[in-house]
Amino acid sequence: MSTSVSPAGTAPAVRDRDDRVKTRSFSSRLLSRPEIGSLIGALAVFALFAAVAPTFRQASSLATVAYAGSTIGIMAVAVALLMIGGEFDLSAGVVVTTTALTAATFSYQLRLNLWVGVGVSLLVALAIGAFNGWLLMRTGLPSFLITLGTFFMLQGINLGVTKLLTGGVSSSAVSDMDGWDSARAVFASTISIGGVGVRITVFWWILFVAIATWTLLRTRVGNWIFAVGGDAPSARAVGVPVKRTKIGLFMTVGFCGWFVGMHQLFSFDSIQSGGGVGQEFIYIIAAVVGGCLLTGGYGSAVGSAIGALIFGMTSLGIVYAGWDANWFKLFLGVMLLLATIVNLVVKNHAAKR
Amino acid sequence: MSTDTHERTGSSGHSPNTEILRLSDVGKSYGNVHALRGVSLSVRQGEITCVLGDNGAGKSTLIKIIAGLHQHTEGTVEVNGEQVRFTSPRESLERGIATVYQDLALVPLMSIWRNFFLGAELRTGVGPFKHLDVKRMMQITDEELTKMGINVPDLERPVGALSGGQRQCIAIARAIYFGAKVLILDEPTAALGVKQSGVVLKYVAKARDAGLGVIFITHNPHHAYLVGNHFVILNRGHVSLDKPRQEITLDELTNEMAGGAELAALSHELSVPGETPENAAALAAPHENAR
Repeated sequence: MSTSVSPAGTAPAVRDRDDRVKTRSFSSRLLSRPEIGSLIGALAVFALFAAVAPTFRQASSLATVAYAGSTIGIMAVAVALLMIGGEFDLSAGVVVTTTALTAATFSYQLRLNLWVGVGVSLLVALAIGAFNGWLLMRTGLPSFLITLGTFFMLQGINLGVTKLLTGGVSSSAVSDMDGWDSARAVFASTISIGGVGVRITVFWWILFVAIATWTLLRTRVGNWIFAVGGDAPSARAVGVPVKRTKIGLFMTVGFCGWFVGMHQLFSFDSIQSGGGVGQEFIYIIAAVVGGCLLTGGYGSAVGSAIGALIFGMTSLGIVYAGWDANWFKLFLGVMLLLATIVNLVVKNHAAKR
Repeated sequence: MSTDTHERTGSSGHSPNTEILRLSDVGKSYGNVHALRGVSLSVRQGEITCVLGDNGAGKSTLIKIIAGLHQHTEGTVEVNGEQVRFTSPRESLERGIATVYQDLALVPLMSIWRNFFLGAELRTGVGPFKHLDVKRMMQITDEELTKMGINVPDLERPVGALSGGQRQCIAIARAIYFGAKVLILDEPTAALGVKQSGVVLKYVAKARDAGLGVIFITHNPHHAYLVGNHFVILNRGHVSLDKPRQEITLDELTNEMAGGAELAALSHELSVPGETPENAAALAAPHENAR
């Protein structure tokens, strides 16, 4: 597989070198991609449910699966970037609820256009991300602990502030306020494609995954993300701004949390203040199934999308197949273990070629 | 010892090269502890200055002062005749002093070309569409590695999959490509096998031939003697030997490195009836090298 450089003159040598760069076979390069394990898993899950549940094969069901995938996937792509950067965010689930509550409560209490609340909650989401990142870099504590702290803090704020302002456990209905229709069009509309209604989040999801993939693989920031996750001291030694990169990643999680929060708000009108708890693990599972290493420095945005899609297919496939939905969590756990083992085996195998 | 270093190297005839880095009577104390005392050192273009010493001799402190991680408390450091005091690694880097540490500052899971350009990525395009110039970076990486005689089958291969020697070479190639004038190598052969050490030493020689001033930190006198132009031995924070290649043999260097007089005393203590102390010393020296 490896050829040596020919000691010929410069012009042919250049061509030789270029040839040499391409010597790894296509299959080995394909297998060394982080998302390959999850792709195999996704095809297997799809084949299983397509076989046992005829409804699963209908276009409308697939659109629903894609929608389920998108609400997980939009967060999972940010969580995947963060994990490639070597950190966790356990507050990723509740931050979604926090942003939705902020937007609804702010606009409702001050009788403002909903877009103002949307803007304010974006600032709040970015600030939460920046706080997580700043505290992490400042203290050097594991991100697991710091975000566990913000997780509980946000959960308490969500419940406490909502109770204080509305006396209940959900935010006030905002569907009759200014800006509802336009915001709903952006965050929670349905677009008809060939008679099949596809939720707009699916398109946003595809866009975010595309941007994240391009950023990771083709920009300087992407290079830095891999570097700070792979070996932060080494990255710092060659001039990579480790702090800025990591804080930026936490803010990206905040941004995506805000987006999903807005989607929930404009889909459901009012938001339960206790929501979002436990979702952070679903995002992490999607990222890990998609090939992210828990230790950082390795993974892909597309993989997180495939992971989210597996999640969507499983959660709905079980229903379409008429199975007891209580088995879903078992299935999820098995998927997680299988995917990580497959990833490990495939990666080791590809590295040896 | 401090000021005549310059003249001695100059008069020894083999190097009319210009002096890039010069340390005069540099000392460093941490509170009451003098980690380094009165160390003088001169690094010239196209020469390899070997700094040898046992563990705790002050080698690391010396590098850290030159690399800008620590500041000296006594003496002066001059770069190109200008007195400097580095407060950060970046300042040192800007003066053209590149340090290749033992841990190499490479990210194992990243590909070779990404590592090569990490922190100094080439980009193309405008505004938000500014992106990595992958083709050019791969081409330059390939050219630079080939120039230094490193063969890697695939530049997309993660650095972690390469051998220790190859990794060392990539780190050195990177330092040279990014305009280093002085290269500090911190024990580049310490963790390597015999063959790989050879590869790295060849590579160090190439860096010298490319006109760089090299500071080669090691505790292996054999490796030092293979490539060095000038030898400085540190012992408990001060210079115990400072000689150009012409004035010293490998045996002397090895003996001096191994502790010289101390070793003789030790061998006397350890000597078994029927064996002369000289034999014991001869036994002790290779043992020291094997480390």
